[in-house]
Amino acid sequence: MSTDSPDAGEADADATAGTPDLATLQSRIEDLEESVADVESADDTKQMTIIATQGTLDMAYPPLILASTAAAFGWDVVVFHTFWGLDVLHEDKAENLKLSAVGNPSMPMPNALAALPGMDSLATRMMQKKIDDNGTASIQELIDLSLDQGVDLQACQMTMELMDYDEDDLMDGVTTDVGAATALEHMADSDIQLLV
Amino acid sequence: MATEIDVTTTLDVQGQNCPIPVVKTKQAADDLGEGEVLEVLSTDSGSMSDIAGWAESTDGVELLAQEEGEDVYSHYVRKTE
Repeated sequence: MSTDSPDAGEADADATAGTPDLATLQSRIEDLEESVADVESADDTKQMTIIATQGTLDMAYPPLILASTAAAFGWDVVVFHTFWGLDVLHEDKAENLKLSAVGNPSMPMPNALAALPGMDSLATRMMQKKIDDNGTASIQELIDLSLDQGVDLQACQMTMELMDYDEDDLMDGVTTDVGAATALEHMADSDIQLLV
Repeated sequence: MATEIDVTTTLDVQGQNCPIPVVKTKQAADDLGEGEVLEVLSTDSGSMSDIAGWAESTDGVELLAQEEGEDVYSHYVRKTE
């Protein structure tokens, strides 16, 4: 066929032109070795970002337990506190986080009863007693352990203004003047991202 | 056995629960010199899995042994670097 010979000829020419000389190969190997060295020396520290949105006594725990434990593993940890999560970092409110008796199916009482005045306080007192009896760390203890280990506890600026909180209302060591963009940046860099 | 391990320092976290045993173990391990051994005494049954997992994924420490006593779980961690 008339098309066969030119094709074969072209392939031969490509093969010859595509064979790099020794110097080119050596240079390519050097480039590859550099790339491999970069990958091998890359910082493999794990990163975790938690968005903490809840301010009830029970829901304040999971982010801080995970954060303090991850820090013990040597991970870089950011906890971005927004909405009610901000109360966990509030000097006065953090000591008085409450448990909601209503809408909690695990509460040993019907909703109609749970809605009565004083029931949240009762439920909170019961929970606090269990925490104390069980040797479970306090929220303040977990915050201190987290900060000691370099966990970055951040307070959402927008929520601070919404709630009318001042920087002085928050605990020492908390990062302020941060927003959604900062949170997203950390989330994008993280191996683990959690919304609590 | 524990009797054969030369313990440098002991961390007593008895009565404290997750995550305190692991977090305090890490902090105590930071203060160890190379070759020194930390003994951790805990009443938290979860500490068996937690401290083993922590030691596994942490550079520079080696879990020598874990023992389950009647009420106390003992862990022995050596600093390797």
